[in-house]
Amino acid sequence: MKKLLLTAAGVFALMQLYAQSSQSDSTGYKSRKLKIEEINLVSSYYKQDGENASVTGGIGSQKLTDIANVIEVKLIRYDKRNRKQRFGLEVGIDNYTSASSDQIDLKANSSASSGDIRIYPTVSMQLENEKKGTVLGFGLSSSSEYDYQSFGAFVSYSKKTKDRNGEFTAKVQAYMDKLALIKPTELRDPSGGGDEDDDDYSWDNRNSYSVGLSWSQVINKNLQMMFMAEAVQQTGYLSLPFHRVYFNDGTVHQENLPGKRLKIPLGIRANYFAGDKFIIRSFYRFYTDDWGLTAHTAQLETAIKINSSLSISPFYRFYNQSAIRHFAAYKEHNDLDKYYTSNYDLSKFNANFFGAGIRYAPPNGLFNIQRLNMIEIRYGHYSKNIRMNADIISMHIRFK
Amino acid sequence: MKSNLMRIVSLVVCIAFLSGCTAVKPYQKNKLNDAEMDLGNRKVEKSELSFQSYREGASGANAGKTGGGCGCN
Repeated sequence: MKKLLLTAAGVFALMQLYAQSSQSDSTGYKSRKLKIEEINLVSSYYKQDGENASVTGGIGSQKLTDIANVIEVKLIRYDKRNRKQRFGLEVGIDNYTSASSDQIDLKANSSASSGDIRIYPTVSMQLENEKKGTVLGFGLSSSSEYDYQSFGAFVSYSKKTKDRNGEFTAKVQAYMDKLALIKPTELRDPSGGGDEDDDDYSWDNRNSYSVGLSWSQVINKNLQMMFMAEAVQQTGYLSLPFHRVYFNDGTVHQENLPGKRLKIPLGIRANYFAGDKFIIRSFYRFYTDDWGLTAHTAQLETAIKINSSLSISPFYRFYNQSAIRHFAAYKEHNDLDKYYTSNYDLSKFNANFFGAGIRYAPPNGLFNIQRLNMIEIRYGHYSKNIRMNADIISMHIRFK
Repeated sequence: MKSNLMRIVSLVVCIAFLSGCTAVKPYQKNKLNDAEMDLGNRKVEKSELSFQSYREGASGANAGKTGGGCGCN
């Protein structure tokens, strides 16, 4: 909390430092000086509970809490050819505790893996040619935690139609991940001569490549839509080494999943402004992959404008998936199975997620601080029909 | 269930396109430019999208994460 307040104070001081230089210019002059466009702070608290922990073979507590804080700074300037350059710097820190991670060692009540910190910075740049309606973007990201390292890169290109009512975007992404091969304690070398002593684990790779295409279109003065298609290919070690699988003969094994997975998600969004007070935001996604999982996601949110600065947005999301063909519950796999998992996140289930958000953006800024121009708070309750529940509360503060 | 959902999606797309796209001038876009009309995800949804990608088998096509980071717990 102290760190969060200090971060907020630091960001505010930074804003003050740039305040004078980022005043808007009525002459139309486009500044080549780098200025802060906006700063976003997003904090959230997530809590879950369930009875199907994968670490203990599909049984056991899934209690988990996660506190996430993300700060994003967006900078802007115009180059000599009057192209808009946007730079983004984002740093996120997650602090989580997990009851199931404790169970990597079944005899331990607590271990180093019961809590961890994940740090995930991202840098990005966009080059926009407003005359041509094109945007070229690229970025780099990383994510580090005790037993997992991820490095990502993306390139994107967008082109607006002549009348600026349609926009095509293509995005290519790659993630190069490394994960520590932490076995459940009872499956480690009993002589203690393995390389898992003193946290000196061996590591394996997991790579993800994706190509995404989207088309957004203004339908009329009140309606706009977006169509999204993506293909994601994952290769490498796609299991998790500390997930146990109990066979029907009572033996325990490490989860074993294929080394390749092709995912195809297709999405559609439609946002409609009804009258002067209501905005209906909708989303649907169809998903399929070559592990046999098919899923449908539908979300509906209605933003109700109480006045020009305050809106309330109740939402509901329904999710349904089939199981992958390699899933079976506790003690249901057998020796004949080539691949096996008891991870209930890959089982058949339905999930409901509902809640509401409140957004306040007063014209004079929050607490009369002009640059502190928006706060949004959102709460949601998530439940699966396989006895797993979660709650999440998030807050977004924007300085502009 | 699956076929019902597909029917709903097909219906939404058909209705939108049967009515046709109108050429909307920049000065007519005051409603489309409203912050709530943005076709992307809200920033406040960032952690929601993250936990959903961990707790569910499906991900992608929603500007959320499709790889990178573990989410092992």
